[in-house]
Amino acid sequence: MRRKITLFFIIFICFLLQTTVFQALSFAGISPNLLIVVTAAFGFMRGRKEGMWIGFFCGLLLDIFYGSMVGFNALVYMYTGYINGFFRKRFFPDDIKLPMILITASDLSCNLVVYLFLFLMRGKFQIAYYFKRIILPELVYTILVTVFLYFVILKINQKLEQIEKRSAGKFV
Amino acid sequence: MKVRRKSKITMPSRYVLLILTGICVVVLFISFTLNLSGGPLNTVAGYVFVPMQKGINYVGTWISDKSENLKSMRAVLKENEELKAQVNQLTSDLNTIKLKQYELDNLRELWELDQKYPSYEKVGARVISRSGNNWFSTFLIDKGTNDGITVDMNVIAGSGLVGIVVDVGPNFAKVRSIIDDTSNVSGATLTTSDYCIVNGNLQTMNERQVIEFSGLKKGENAIETGEQIVTSNISDRYLPGILIGYIQDIQENANNLTCSGTITPAVDFEHLDEVLVILQKKQAEEE
Repeated sequence: MRRKITLFFIIFICFLLQTTVFQALSFAGISPNLLIVVTAAFGFMRGRKEGMWIGFFCGLLLDIFYGSMVGFNALVYMYTGYINGFFRKRFFPDDIKLPMILITASDLSCNLVVYLFLFLMRGKFQIAYYFKRIILPELVYTILVTVFLYFVILKINQKLEQIEKRSAGKFV
Repeated sequence: MKVRRKSKITMPSRYVLLILTGICVVVLFISFTLNLSGGPLNTVAGYVFVPMQKGINYVGTWISDKSENLKSMRAVLKENEELKAQVNQLTSDLNTIKLKQYELDNLRELWELDQKYPSYEKVGARVISRSGNNWFSTFLIDKGTNDGITVDMNVIAGSGLVGIVVDVGPNFAKVRSIIDDTSNVSGATLTTSDYCIVNGNLQTMNERQVIEFSGLKKGENAIETGEQIVTSNISDRYLPGILIGYIQDIQENANNLTCSGTITPAVDFEHLDEVLVILQKKQAEEE
């Protein structure tokens, strides 16, 4: 229960930051994608199931407020979280390389999927342009933010796991 | 003990994934075919998130206001003097214009002409957040069904068209701007009333701050750059006569029949703070 409430607040805060503060702080009309960082991070830190649920709710939020169709972002983010969950066994908190690679790959693939389904399908074929002008800048900005955000998420998760371990220990 | 029993009942995550995928696909299909969105979810989400977004927005404007107050007093005083002179100038100008307007009104009555720009009832709203990704240009405003806003109402800022309300909740509304990549508006040139289609384009908007138009009839009317494009009277969702922008450049199409080109929007979409929602809808007008 404690975990669920904490998670809700993390998603809540990241969503608010992404849609208000970071829209104002955008460079050349590009703002970072915090929700994908949250989804991917909890995916490889906590496994497939949690990543999947977090991705689902992050995507659903985006769909409700900004999507043209409900369900599209939810689907994309859900799979992102789930796939990141496969890397849980290879994840060590001290190692920064794997999280960075995974978050990069998640942001890239999410944006590529959005391009494929919502732009390519409408006959916008200039993928090189979109890659250079939208996907890559967003990736760079997201990675910059990730450097800070990831450690916050990591610390929160470690704290939660500590508390859970302690309260589980009481019953044994 | 409790924890262990719980973990026995849980389904393997791949089944949950499959079920959720199914739900998403069904919802996607429904919202795509029936053009529905949110529903009760809108209400719940609106009450949870919108107040916070408003708050952040409020704090942001408060800070920028305060920083502007720090402008030196002398500059303000000087500006005040200049403005007073300007007020005098403008008042005399206004009087002349009032006279002309009076004359114009009389003439219009005489010719039994309808006013070209009827004054619609509008409600002001504040932009509280922008779309969560970099692909689309939608934003939320802080008025919703509680203030009488419904889907398909036109949104303007200053004198130009901003977009259209595509979704509403009780205390927020989602607006798709005309520069959004999926937006299409039926427009017409102001002087000759030739119809064209104005569509938003992410690429041209990013590169040169312009959007595209196409299908303008090439005829004896020579349309030049700088020509005003307004919403046309044949559009089923946009009220006629709202300024969209000015033609930036124009080319003849290969078919030798139509022209296409780019338009500079009349509204500055980068710094959009307050917008006006026209409470009248095109469809209601026709009924």
